[in-house]
Amino acid sequence: MFNKEYEAMPLDKMRELQFERLKWTLSHAYNNNPFYKKKFDEAGFSPDKFKSLADMKHVPFLVKQDMRDNYPFGLFAVPLNRVVRVHSSSGTTGNATVVGYTKNDVNVFAEVVARCLAAYGATENDVIQVAYGYGLFTGGLGLHYGAEKLGAMTVPISGGNTERQLMLIKDFGTTMLACTPSYMLNIADYIEKKRPDYKISATRLKAGILGAEPWSENMRKEIEARLGIEAFDIYGLSEVIGPGVSTECSEKSGLHVFEDHFYVEIIDPDTGEILPEGEKGEIVYTSLTKEAFPTIRYRSKDITRLYHDNCKCGRTLVKMEKVTGRSDDMMIIRGVNVFPSQIESVLMEVEGTEPHYQIILDRKGALDDIEVKVEVNEKLFSDEVKVLNDLARRISDRFRSALGISAKISLVEPMTIPRSEGKAVRVVDKRKI
Amino acid sequence: MNVTQLSVFIENKPGHLQNVLKILAEKNINIVTLTIAETSDFGVLRMIVNNPDEGIRALRESHVACSATDVLAIEIDDTPGSLFKAIDTFARRELNIEYMYAFTEKREGKAVMIFRFENPETAKKALKEEGYSIVSKIDIIGA
Repeated sequence: MFNKEYEAMPLDKMRELQFERLKWTLSHAYNNNPFYKKKFDEAGFSPDKFKSLADMKHVPFLVKQDMRDNYPFGLFAVPLNRVVRVHSSSGTTGNATVVGYTKNDVNVFAEVVARCLAAYGATENDVIQVAYGYGLFTGGLGLHYGAEKLGAMTVPISGGNTERQLMLIKDFGTTMLACTPSYMLNIADYIEKKRPDYKISATRLKAGILGAEPWSENMRKEIEARLGIEAFDIYGLSEVIGPGVSTECSEKSGLHVFEDHFYVEIIDPDTGEILPEGEKGEIVYTSLTKEAFPTIRYRSKDITRLYHDNCKCGRTLVKMEKVTGRSDDMMIIRGVNVFPSQIESVLMEVEGTEPHYQIILDRKGALDDIEVKVEVNEKLFSDEVKVLNDLARRISDRFRSALGISAKISLVEPMTIPRSEGKAVRVVDKRKI
Repeated sequence: MNVTQLSVFIENKPGHLQNVLKILAEKNINIVTLTIAETSDFGVLRMIVNNPDEGIRALRESHVACSATDVLAIEIDDTPGSLFKAIDTFARRELNIEYMYAFTEKREGKAVMIFRFENPETAKKALKEEGYSIVSKIDIIGA
């Protein structure tokens, strides 16, 4: 364990610590951020009314739209000169969310990621190759700082370029590779098709640190069987901190939430009522130590359940089940969060008209494949093929620049996308994960 | 008068062309000539019909993406080298052809070809100056 004092803290002591930290967080947000102050006042709540953990139910929820409405820095609770880093979701203006970190927040981020790595058995003797994208996305830098904090040799290769990934795994003696589970399977495909001479078993690689998109037990089995490594789940969301909110341990059953930094509740997504431990619902996060971007009762839309099971690893931290679904229409495509509204705004931007569209998600090999069908209406139609081809290309380019995903754009005839009660069926997810 | 061409969007799949033709058949609209430009996913059906206004109306009622496009129907001698001569003229006058296709029937011993120019009005003026005969009443050909 990287930090036994907290990771194996007795339950009652943890609850005490959480209560103290919640008090601080609520006051910090209320006193230093006008949005939170207004929100609390409107709900008739003030931090001095917070007398026990049971009072959490009176604290208003935070939703994704609040973050968009306060783009870019409206939810920060410290002066900008105390912010040392920002990360941002993909998205066009008005749809992007920006999160900020003070020096202390960056340390907390590194600490929780280091704990995750230690939970997979990593030490300063390991070589951790970070194949998450470096940049505004929290994955690359998040894993990087965590690996350094642990003292492992950190290889900041970033995403893509499979040939180079394989070369460094071999030459640098990489022991753990951090990437999305679909990219890990992509590597397995690549080796089978293009490098049959390359043997993972002849390298030091022993584990994959996999996250940023939902994946199943079947995918774990496939990765472990095809590559002969262990596959661990790392979970997180940039709105809360990034990867490292919770992690699997050696038991690979459920993810321990770092409760000294994040307070979790399960609610009924329809009523907002808190559900008892063990019941399935939407998980809601509250940061306990974050300074720049306190997140208070953030509705993640992720559906899971919380439980304690006297884990053999020795951690007393509550466990959450692998996330199995979402209560909204957000899609995770190759690790990128995409909302239908973002797709709409891309289409609007390109043509100034909102055509009917449908998104078809599929898995081709190991990678997500996205096709966007766009109905050609009178405004979009031209008698010249080159104009239509150009239209498809412009939409595709805009998808790449605004959302960071490559989509195949298919132009289809009007009224061919199924409509239910006048509204088009927006997303067809054929992925079997 | 220019000739009105119906341009129709169709997906490159079995049954889709048939659907468009059925709509026109039901309205008793005669197709004088047609051509299809195709890509792997979709095609644009271009046709000259005896009643373009009625054709457009019928297609729109059935939610088919279509438009009326101005094209020029030009008489060209039906002799070797005549098309070459015509195209040579277009090139000299810097008239860019977007696409072209032909009528199947001769008209008084001459071939009639449909040209879609980048700028139809400039093309029309230039071709008249060059002595080309531009057909304005297409219905006398095949209807």
